[in-house]
Amino acid sequence: MLRPLPLLTAGVLAGPVAFGLLGTVLPAFGMLVPDAGTPWAAALDWPGLPRALGVAVLSGLLSTAGALLIATLILAGWHGTGAFAWLERALSPLLAVPHAAAALGLAFLVAPSGWIVRVPATLLGWERAPDLLILNDPWGLSLAAGLVAKEMPFLLLMMLAALPQVQSHRRLRVARSLGQGRIAGWLKAVFPGVYAQVRLPVLVVLVFGMTNVDVAMILGPNTPPTLAVQVTRWMTSPDLSLRAVAAAGGLILLFATLGVLALWMLGERIVARAGLVWVRAGRGLPERLSRGAGFLLAAASSLMVLAGLAALAIWSVAARWSFPDPMPEALTGRSWARFGPDMLAVAGDTMALAVLATLLSLALVVGCLEAEHRFGFAPSQRALWLLYLPLLVPQVAFLPGLQLLPLALGFGPSWPLVLAGHVVFVLPYVFLSLAGPFRAWDARIARVAAGMGASRDRVLWRLRLPMLAGPLLTAAAIGLAVSVGQYLPTLLLGGGRVTTLVTEAVALASGGDRRAVGIWGLGQTLAALLPFALALAVPALAFRNRRGMRHG
Amino acid sequence: MKALSMRLALSVAAATAFAVPVLAAEAPDPSDWRTVAEVAQGQTVYWHAWGGSTPTNDFIAWIGDRAAERGVTLEHVKLADTADAVGAVVTERQAGRDADGSVDLIWINGANFAAMKEADLLFGPFAEQLPNWRYVDVEGKTVTTDFTVPTEGYESPWAMAQLVFVYDSARLREPPRTAPELLAWASANPGRFTYPQPPDFLGTTFLKQMLIELAPDAAALQKPAGDDYAEVTAPLWSFLDTLTPLLWRKGRAYPETGPRMLQLINDGETDLAFSFSPGEASTAIANFQLPESVRTYVLEAGTIGNASFVAIPYNSSAKEGAMVVADIVLSPEAQARAQDPEVLGYGTVLDLAELPEAQRAAFDALDLGIATLSPEELGQALPEPHPSWATRLAGDWVARYGVAN
Amino acid sequence: MAEGLRLERVAIVRDDATLLAVDAAVAPGEVLTLMGPSGSGKSTLLDFVMGDMAPGFRAEGRVRLDGRDLAGLPPEARRIGILYQDPLLFPHLDVGANLAFGLRGGTRAERRAEVAAALAEVGLAGYANRDPATLSGGQAARVALMRVLLAGPRALLLDEPFSKLDAERRAQMRDLVFSRVRRAGVPVLLVTHDAADAEAAGGEVVRL
Repeated sequence: MLRPLPLLTAGVLAGPVAFGLLGTVLPAFGMLVPDAGTPWAAALDWPGLPRALGVAVLSGLLSTAGALLIATLILAGWHGTGAFAWLERALSPLLAVPHAAAALGLAFLVAPSGWIVRVPATLLGWERAPDLLILNDPWGLSLAAGLVAKEMPFLLLMMLAALPQVQSHRRLRVARSLGQGRIAGWLKAVFPGVYAQVRLPVLVVLVFGMTNVDVAMILGPNTPPTLAVQVTRWMTSPDLSLRAVAAAGGLILLFATLGVLALWMLGERIVARAGLVWVRAGRGLPERLSRGAGFLLAAASSLMVLAGLAALAIWSVAARWSFPDPMPEALTGRSWARFGPDMLAVAGDTMALAVLATLLSLALVVGCLEAEHRFGFAPSQRALWLLYLPLLVPQVAFLPGLQLLPLALGFGPSWPLVLAGHVVFVLPYVFLSLAGPFRAWDARIARVAAGMGASRDRVLWRLRLPMLAGPLLTAAAIGLAVSVGQYLPTLLLGGGRVTTLVTEAVALASGGDRRAVGIWGLGQTLAALLPFALALAVPALAFRNRRGMRHG
Repeated sequence: MKALSMRLALSVAAATAFAVPVLAAEAPDPSDWRTVAEVAQGQTVYWHAWGGSTPTNDFIAWIGDRAAERGVTLEHVKLADTADAVGAVVTERQAGRDADGSVDLIWINGANFAAMKEADLLFGPFAEQLPNWRYVDVEGKTVTTDFTVPTEGYESPWAMAQLVFVYDSARLREPPRTAPELLAWASANPGRFTYPQPPDFLGTTFLKQMLIELAPDAAALQKPAGDDYAEVTAPLWSFLDTLTPLLWRKGRAYPETGPRMLQLINDGETDLAFSFSPGEASTAIANFQLPESVRTYVLEAGTIGNASFVAIPYNSSAKEGAMVVADIVLSPEAQARAQDPEVLGYGTVLDLAELPEAQRAAFDALDLGIATLSPEELGQALPEPHPSWATRLAGDWVARYGVAN
Repeated sequence: MAEGLRLERVAIVRDDATLLAVDAAVAPGEVLTLMGPSGSGKSTLLDFVMGDMAPGFRAEGRVRLDGRDLAGLPPEARRIGILYQDPLLFPHLDVGANLAFGLRGGTRAERRAEVAAALAEVGLAGYANRDPATLSGGQAARVALMRVLLAGPRALLLDEPFSKLDAERRAQMRDLVFSRVRRAGVPVLLVTHDAADAEAAGGEVVRL
């Protein structure tokens, strides 16, 4: 029963991507969509294309390089210090904050009439906000900045997880004993090993930076929007023939992404070569400046996201709140009374979807890992790439096909399709989170139990899974957070009829009601964060009398 | 995602080209209202309506409660754009789903209506058979034509809209009342005005309003745009070329929707906005969304007005229920509620003189709100241009200003 | 001899290299000690006897238990108990539930009585509700021993079972283990690199 599961899981990961790409390629060449005309020509003729592509490339490269740089500086300069422990605590919850909610908060924070400007405005008595093109700037710089703030904690925690495998402490000690500064030594001795471990996550960040839709809709430019947003617009247009144009646009973005990935890998080599020259030259770095900059940038970007969320919370209870007041005139529960019930109803739907997608993913992942344990399947590097496949292929390149191909087979956008789409994106994260603890479980326990006559199933259900309760719940929380954050799969595979907290929050962002945005954004944040709190609280409570169950 | 496009007209045409219209076997008879009301019991009506405005969403939810009293379940499908619902019906027609469609009622007007009516995608006529039709102000309000297209009972009116300009009187004493004044004010105060990015319908309405102001002969707009298009619109483009660098963010970013434009006033980023709902500013003040010093006005030569309608797709699975909902929306109770600035602030389509005493009193008792103009102040609304103008204006605008190069 | 555990020309092979070859038999109540340095394939041999060998290894020969060829039998059907150097108590279950894990049949009350008797036998009466993480090393080792015996194994494997105990406890534990397993009357296979273990076991010693 377990034996075919790894194959099935591979199918779940690769199938939709392959199927979706096929469903994108066919309409792009005039098939599948009636009256498609010449989709390639139409997409290439779109006057916004050069700028939209340029912004995509720029925001992808800038956000990845920025997030990687800050995460590296922080680790190099501060790992093992008290300040780092503080920062890690501040950053971990940020990981679960959905991209859209973080972007909504940031949008209010950094706007020319936002919270930050209101400080000097109040002091100096400005009546009018300065006319600065900060949000939605044509080059997508605010988009890139927002992405840096959201992706930096992700990369930092991935790198943190990789540190023990490269024995960073010993390497750093050796480097420093050879007279290297803390940061220079870390960069020379530890970074290459760590980077090799987190290369795939870095590429995921790069692809996401180029092709995300929800953050780009909130922080990105509008004249024209990024290519991913434009593809989404074509895709959701009432004019069906435009879906073929969307498919062509998605493929253009796919090629651009492949090109940028190649460019990045070239960059990796150049940096490696330059690093070698630097190591041989024996030069150091401005240590104090680098340490300070790393800490400042990391602290600032996490504070920005947290302050943005705080702004959402305040807007949700604000009475009149005009520029330049730093705080509302009064607080009121009216907005919650108005939007709260609706939000909670949609929160229920969102969680139902998330719970199902997570349970399906958990079942597949546990099945795979158990099959690996029982039948001695060895995980290969290729399997890892497969796991990352849905995260590395731009969503806008295969989700259109995933909508169009089933539609051509008479299976329209629907809830089950959305669920399947969520599983594709939830599963990799659940797998990555659970695989380590699952494989690290002491297999001798299984032998002890087998020697007592316990079947393998009994060992799994009575021993292995209960002993892994903590990691299982953490993996589930990650799965829920990923599902709660899925914008494009919900929008496209649901044909606009499946609403979740994120689709509603992004839709509201274009309207002007900040109080509603505050409530929906907060709801989405809580929907992602609460499972993490539960994942910590439940094992602590259930095993409060079992010391051996603490710390994993 | 945005409305009113040529693409839509094209797709509707494409849909009809290879679809054979099949009429539902048992089309309900709107004149037999008793049967309609009976059959409606237990039906679920999916009302596809723009969901970008929270007061409107609340109002539709209230309509849903009234519908429940008559045994009809109302589900509001919140659209980013009305064209999405039209697209859904077009898709179903292409797929041969001529009965049991997913859309039962659409909030519609203008180009979307014209396209659907022309393509035979609507059920009807039904509007003039609704029991509450007898109160509708057929003479005084433009409820039987929609953007110059006769409605012929294929859609039922539910609210009157007229463009009003919104400004913060604390920051702006004398707001501009003509297009040239607007330009002069903008050059003196750069960065303090913007409009929703076309093809957003309100942004497109601004283009039409300016076109009416600037066109050599506004009467030409009542006919479909033809060879005269370039000539008629030339003054508009030269006006916009001058205005754009004087806009908020120098025209390099635009608010996406009307409500977002009001938010900019509250944020002190702009001083002037506009709305298609004369009561929206008062409602927004009541909801803390605008400062109390905000007021509204109309341009010297008047502003565009039109009616919002509801229509029923030809393949609706709950036509009876949809008619019941359309009738509830026309009821004096609902109309008075819609006009209440605390709720929506939409103009009623009813003729108050026709109403029974008690119900007229409900309207008279309404405090229209501090920023709402009286019917006299609003004046006679200017007629909407033919829908083809909006389609071409929006398309050209995107090509000229919508893609930075 | 039909009774007992027989290793018939067993060899452990990795990458075509034979790590270990043994041909031996243990009678019920007897202990066979396999001695060899680490990396000699001792633990892999035990895995083979258990029926759960790691991938990459291959085994030749047969294992018979009470005359029955074990080839193809899953580990849980072999009823061969194993003790490691770590007690490996299940951390999420209390001491009583750990002991009851291998018990089959009987009423709840009977099982509970069996557990209580087993605990009393090793001087841990009244420990049934304890969190295993709160036991001392020696206590945990005794619980692990009773746990494997309560499951009623037909043979017992000991994989360096005393190597983590300090010298004094090691002697006590050796006495306890060997006296119990003799009383249980099952064949025992002990692998160790400690000559003192082999001596205390008192049976045949095979050097690898």
